[in-house]
Amino acid sequence: MKNLVPQKPVKLSLCSSPAYLPIMRAAVEKMCLMIGFDPDTTGKVVLSADEAMTNVIRHAYDDEEDKPIEIELTPLGNPKAEAIKICLRDWGKQVDPSQIKSRDIRDVRPGGLGVHIMTECMDQVDFQPCNEGGTLLTMIKRR
Amino acid sequence: MFCLCLPRRSAAKTGRYKQLTYYKKGSVAMSNDSGSSPVQGVRWKDRVAIVDVVGDIDLNKSLDFQKSLLEVLEQRPQQIIVNLSEVPYMDSSGVASLVKLLSRTRKSGSQLCLVGLSPRVKSLFEITRLDVVFTIHASEKEAIA
Repeated sequence: MKNLVPQKPVKLSLCSSPAYLPIMRAAVEKMCLMIGFDPDTTGKVVLSADEAMTNVIRHAYDDEEDKPIEIELTPLGNPKAEAIKICLRDWGKQVDPSQIKSRDIRDVRPGGLGVHIMTECMDQVDFQPCNEGGTLLTMIKRR
Repeated sequence: MFCLCLPRRSAAKTGRYKQLTYYKKGSVAMSNDSGSSPVQGVRWKDRVAIVDVVGDIDLNKSLDFQKSLLEVLEQRPQQIIVNLSEVPYMDSSGVASLVKLLSRTRKSGSQLCLVGLSPRVKSLFEITRLDVVFTIHASEKEAIA
């Protein structure tokens, strides 16, 4: 029996409810482990995906729980996956990407750590406003 | 699984029976009864409150988590020990709840420390550089000593 690993993207269509966060995390974790990421790197990718979806729920959709979020997990590299690409699409409020930046984390206060976590943990983080509305976030993590 | 370990004699001396009754009526326990708070119980050792937390803490749980923690602080403990040994995962919303508690404990003169961080939770504190802001111990015994 071959030890098969995912080659094609996995797509998740979720609602903007925090109740779906554990489902998304489970999928990201499984994908990372199957393509050979170590537990530490897997944890950072899972955390980044969680922070990305949390930001969409809170800021793009203002905590409305019935809005669409589409997530695509793609193993990169052939024949052996060397990276994972996570695309997260929402149709909520747009923000100028130049305004999306990590705050000074030396200022100890609640909130505002999501972007810092994503940029710290992932190799590439890119926010693109979409013509049809909403934003496409693309994150890449290499092994 | 809610328990209080306040000795009867010291409770009588310090007038903490009122608090004991208050706890039995609800407060932290009520948050747990609703099934939404990851705080499963508070154990008291004199004026030290040991908060037992269970399960993942994300946006779905963080508000209830924060509410339960601040309810513990209202009991005016000298020290709060948040035991995270049963928390496999936490995101920045959970951290925000703890930062809020830290800020309140500093204002009230209480001490806060975290114990039993899993590798992933520890990593989150390192990524956010909060590992140098919070007092973190490996065990409750170490935190109380």
